[in-house]
Amino acid sequence: MTDIQYMAPGTLDEAVGAFAAGGDTARILAGGTDLLVQMRAGMLKPGLVVDIKKIAEMNSIDEAADGSFTVGAAVSGAVLEEHPRFGKVWPGVLEALNLIGSTQVQGRASAGGNLCNGSPAADTVPAMLAAGATVMLQGPDGRRQMPVEDVPAGPGRTNLAPGEVLVNFTLPPRPPGSSDAYLRMIPRTEMDIAVVGCGVSLTLADGVCTAARVAVGAVAPTVRLVDAAADALIGSRLDDAALDAAAAACSAACDPIDDKRGTIAYRTQVAGVLLKRTVGIAADRIKGA
Amino acid sequence: MAKTHVSTTINGEPAEFLCEPYETMLDVLRNNLGLTGSKEGCGSGDCGACSITLDDRLVCSCLMLGAEAEGCEIRTIEGMAEGETLHPLQQKFLEMAALQCGICTPGVLVASKALLEKNSNPTETEVRFWLAGNLCRCTGYDKIVRAVMDTAADLQEASR
Amino acid sequence: MNEMSNKWIGQRTIRPDGAEKVTGSATFAADTAMAGMIWGKVLRSPHAHARIRGIDTSKAEALPGVKAVVTAADIIDFPVDTPVPLGIQDMRWMCRNVMAREKALFHGHPVAAIAATTEAIAAEACALIEVDYEVLPWVIEIEDAIKDDAPILHDFVEFDGKPSNISGKMEHKKGDVAAGFAGAEIVIERSFTTRPVHQGYIEPHACLVSVAADGKTTIWSSSQGQFMVRAMTSMLTDIPQSHIRAIPAEIGGGFGGKTIIYLEPLATILSKKSGRPVKMVMNREEVMRATGPTSGSTSTVKIGARKDGTIVAAEGTFYLQAGGLPGSPIRGATACSFAPYDIPNVRSLGYDVVSNRSKVAAYRAPGAPIGAYPVECVLDEVAESIGMDPLELRLKNAAKEGTKAAHGPVYPRIGYVETVEAALAHSHNKAPLGKNQGRGVASGFWFNAGGESSAQVNITEDGNVVVTTGHPDVGGSRASIANITAELLGIDYKRVSVLIGDTATIGFSNLTGGSRVLFASGIVVTQSTEKVITSLRERAAQIWDIDADAVTWENGEARPAGDNAGKFAPLTLVELADRATETGGPIGAGVQLNTTGAEGGFATHICDVEVDLELGIVRVIRYTSFQDVGQAVHPSYVEGQMQGGVAQGIGWALNEEYIFDKDGHMDNPGFLDYRMPIFSDLPMLDTVMIEIPNPKHPQGVRGVGEVPLVPPLAAIRNAVSDALGMRFYSLPMSPPAVLEALNAKS
Repeated sequence: MTDIQYMAPGTLDEAVGAFAAGGDTARILAGGTDLLVQMRAGMLKPGLVVDIKKIAEMNSIDEAADGSFTVGAAVSGAVLEEHPRFGKVWPGVLEALNLIGSTQVQGRASAGGNLCNGSPAADTVPAMLAAGATVMLQGPDGRRQMPVEDVPAGPGRTNLAPGEVLVNFTLPPRPPGSSDAYLRMIPRTEMDIAVVGCGVSLTLADGVCTAARVAVGAVAPTVRLVDAAADALIGSRLDDAALDAAAAACSAACDPIDDKRGTIAYRTQVAGVLLKRTVGIAADRIKGA
Repeated sequence: MAKTHVSTTINGEPAEFLCEPYETMLDVLRNNLGLTGSKEGCGSGDCGACSITLDDRLVCSCLMLGAEAEGCEIRTIEGMAEGETLHPLQQKFLEMAALQCGICTPGVLVASKALLEKNSNPTETEVRFWLAGNLCRCTGYDKIVRAVMDTAADLQEASR
Repeated sequence: MNEMSNKWIGQRTIRPDGAEKVTGSATFAADTAMAGMIWGKVLRSPHAHARIRGIDTSKAEALPGVKAVVTAADIIDFPVDTPVPLGIQDMRWMCRNVMAREKALFHGHPVAAIAATTEAIAAEACALIEVDYEVLPWVIEIEDAIKDDAPILHDFVEFDGKPSNISGKMEHKKGDVAAGFAGAEIVIERSFTTRPVHQGYIEPHACLVSVAADGKTTIWSSSQGQFMVRAMTSMLTDIPQSHIRAIPAEIGGGFGGKTIIYLEPLATILSKKSGRPVKMVMNREEVMRATGPTSGSTSTVKIGARKDGTIVAAEGTFYLQAGGLPGSPIRGATACSFAPYDIPNVRSLGYDVVSNRSKVAAYRAPGAPIGAYPVECVLDEVAESIGMDPLELRLKNAAKEGTKAAHGPVYPRIGYVETVEAALAHSHNKAPLGKNQGRGVASGFWFNAGGESSAQVNITEDGNVVVTTGHPDVGGSRASIANITAELLGIDYKRVSVLIGDTATIGFSNLTGGSRVLFASGIVVTQSTEKVITSLRERAAQIWDIDADAVTWENGEARPAGDNAGKFAPLTLVELADRATETGGPIGAGVQLNTTGAEGGFATHICDVEVDLELGIVRVIRYTSFQDVGQAVHPSYVEGQMQGGVAQGIGWALNEEYIFDKDGHMDNPGFLDYRMPIFSDLPMLDTVMIEIPNPKHPQGVRGVGEVPLVPPLAAIRNAVSDALGMRFYSLPMSPPAVLEALNAKS
């Protein structure tokens, strides 16, 4: 622990340069709500900590003319909540970010960190997947974009190349009649890591589902996009048969473990339950809008 | 290994310190600055006993490196009273016995103050969910919630 | 004696230590510092069970910055064949608990400790200590530990003539249970399990110890008893008690878990060897892994009754985990389980079982929640099977004054019946329930204790009062003591200062525990204050040149007793204090006693829950506790004890448990996955204080702190049963367990 270096560069180029040069033991610091916990637990001994919070691009929230949003990777849940428009367009993504931890954690934790930490139970990831978000990465070889679902590689691992830094998320323009929701099962009412997480994004036209994306988290080594669940919803009026089929698809997509937070059987069953509830919330949001 | 030099503002006063890069803000407050009002209950951001505000944002000081305080405004429990005048929340906690052993109290007060500054008329549910990151093992939370809501009502009344 | 007008008794005064607590200036043990201070860290066993063949600390000692090392060789040994009791502890086990001796008995068991100039160096040095372990098979769960082929922890523990992990047995008998059951019309027998749970105090153990070159030792620590700290440290280090000054810092929660020591003897030896003050603070993981949660248990309870609800026989067998060394709270489990009831035939049997988890420490009414849980659950089934209201069943069989309890004593005036009647009459009992909601009730008992206490009451030269008492304040006792003193003297509450002395400044006082602090300190503070009042009357008598018998003390002043005594203007406390020197010297008195007269406490609880049938989540939506609290000297702090115990019970019933992995390590040693109730989990916790003064106490005080944790486990379980129409026999009733049961039912 005694040979850590800390730096807080003002530009992305500086950050990427230092991060890449730092090699295996370099770590990006945004909110610190995962990194510091891991350092404290002795799980991680960084050589270089690159604090990205002074980089403008990583802290901005922009709504483009086409209605898409670009959210900097370091933006905290508390800051995102204060944006006048984001939560109206993407309530599910916002609520996912603001379910992480506590009020204190939400004052710091970022969607970028949540994704890059690589936990299969990360709360924002199912919502981002359902949203169809893409990420912008910048590395020593320049910039590239990637769908969020291609980022997680396994528990604690991502598909970012060495030296690559997550810059921002882009959420696509929203067709009218769209909304999203994120729901998770935890034993208490706050604070816990998701035992199962479910993100759903829907578009309804005259009561018929014309588009859907469904993702489940904490039930497999990575968050899973469940195309079969979305397919069961698309074209339906979100009737019981469609919901049952979608729920079954979510349960079938599960490949969970037994651990101190839940059992395989529990997670598999709950994935289906949550799907129905999450669809209901997203649908209510559309109807109520 | 050289220490990091940090210039920051704590409870309205300029403050400077040296710290190791791996030291948390909580370590710095307690060990370097003698501000032992913020407590360590868990070191992992799960109990809120280390709560402070950072640029008016409620955070856990155990989840922040001391080095990150550069140029920021930090407020701790020590800055809540003004001289010998207790903040209305502090006074109400005493009157309503919203503490027993007192170890969680600084964190709960900092968090409650942050709540009332954001939402001056919280419902019971809003209080409970805002404070969910502050653990108390002694009180069962009942008297704390009542004290926060009573204070909110008093402050509303006073501002009429 | 001053007649009590209850000007201060029963008032919700502001606690004397309050301003410090709300401004963050109160000093807890980890807040202390001294010049030259260095840091101590503990090396802990990575194995759940291992013989220690050798320890090589040479590399650690060579690390720059390391100032001292301690191993078991530095701790006084207490041979296993000779019991050495200290309170309810045994030093044979204490010396092996603070540092592993022959064996590491649990994952996290201290094996060595280092003091160095920084925490980081101390931690690094620990990693350089080489320990030669012979890893042994381990066993944690009771049913595994009592199997014939179980790995045996201690070759000196025998049961039924052979080596065993059953290290103790206790039995209470009354009447003839066989005959009793024969005469029963309904017999219900059920078995239950509970998991180990931790007291969950937010403040980790911490101490700062400074040993001077002549061995004079000062200890600041977070503890529930500075005299216990002194005594144990003395016995483990051979430093005489008179050389040790143990100062209680403010304590951030204990609930029984800080009635023993872990760090102090290590820090003492490190300080002695290094010549520097040594600070040691546990982190949360150490607290969870290596301090003492309460026992997990398996128990079987059988209750026989007649159809009219008369209980005719009851039997309970309780196995409690002790952890790596003997000493689980089987006394609490066996004695308290049937205590609220008048049952003619009872047999209550407890077994102490060692296994490779950390040694048990006391947890709020130790053993009683574990013993009461199965009994209160079976009573619910008895009530259901005869079609009787569960509260009426309890009322019908309630213990009263004159009832002989199964554990021996004949009850004096007690308030159990009143708690049940209050529950029956309360609106909570009649409130309608909604969908998927259920209601449960349960009762409980705790012994409460008296024991040794010392106090000093001194009048300041400017006429106010300083009271020094001997017990760390965990729940607001200073406020209550100030109430009592102000009441007795007839002066304003704000003129009384209450401090907690250390071992050098106050006489011997036993632990903060056993729900005894206000009971015991109330007695000695009262007697000390009465002596002071006598002295004040004598001073006035001197000044007026009359007999002391002709002087009364009322409302803070000395007055002539009647017209015959003479016409004198009253002399106030301030005036008499001002004339102390000329009338005989300092005005003050101290009393040290082994107090007696503490009587048991009873409670009855009503709990409503709502269950999410698809997710198996149970939420407590309403809770009312009814408790016989004696005179509530400070009602807010009595309510606080009731609410705090209920909250812990909710955690124990629903989500808290020690989870062990395949290597016998605790898998959830933090507040993330050791799930205690948070703000948003709980409703308001309503309390009904039933004040039946304890006639053996000057203010009628009964202990109140522990009973509240006794009923909740069963009250919540019975509520879940009511909501779901199915019964659970193990705790916690966490979502996977509930959902599994719901699936099985359908």
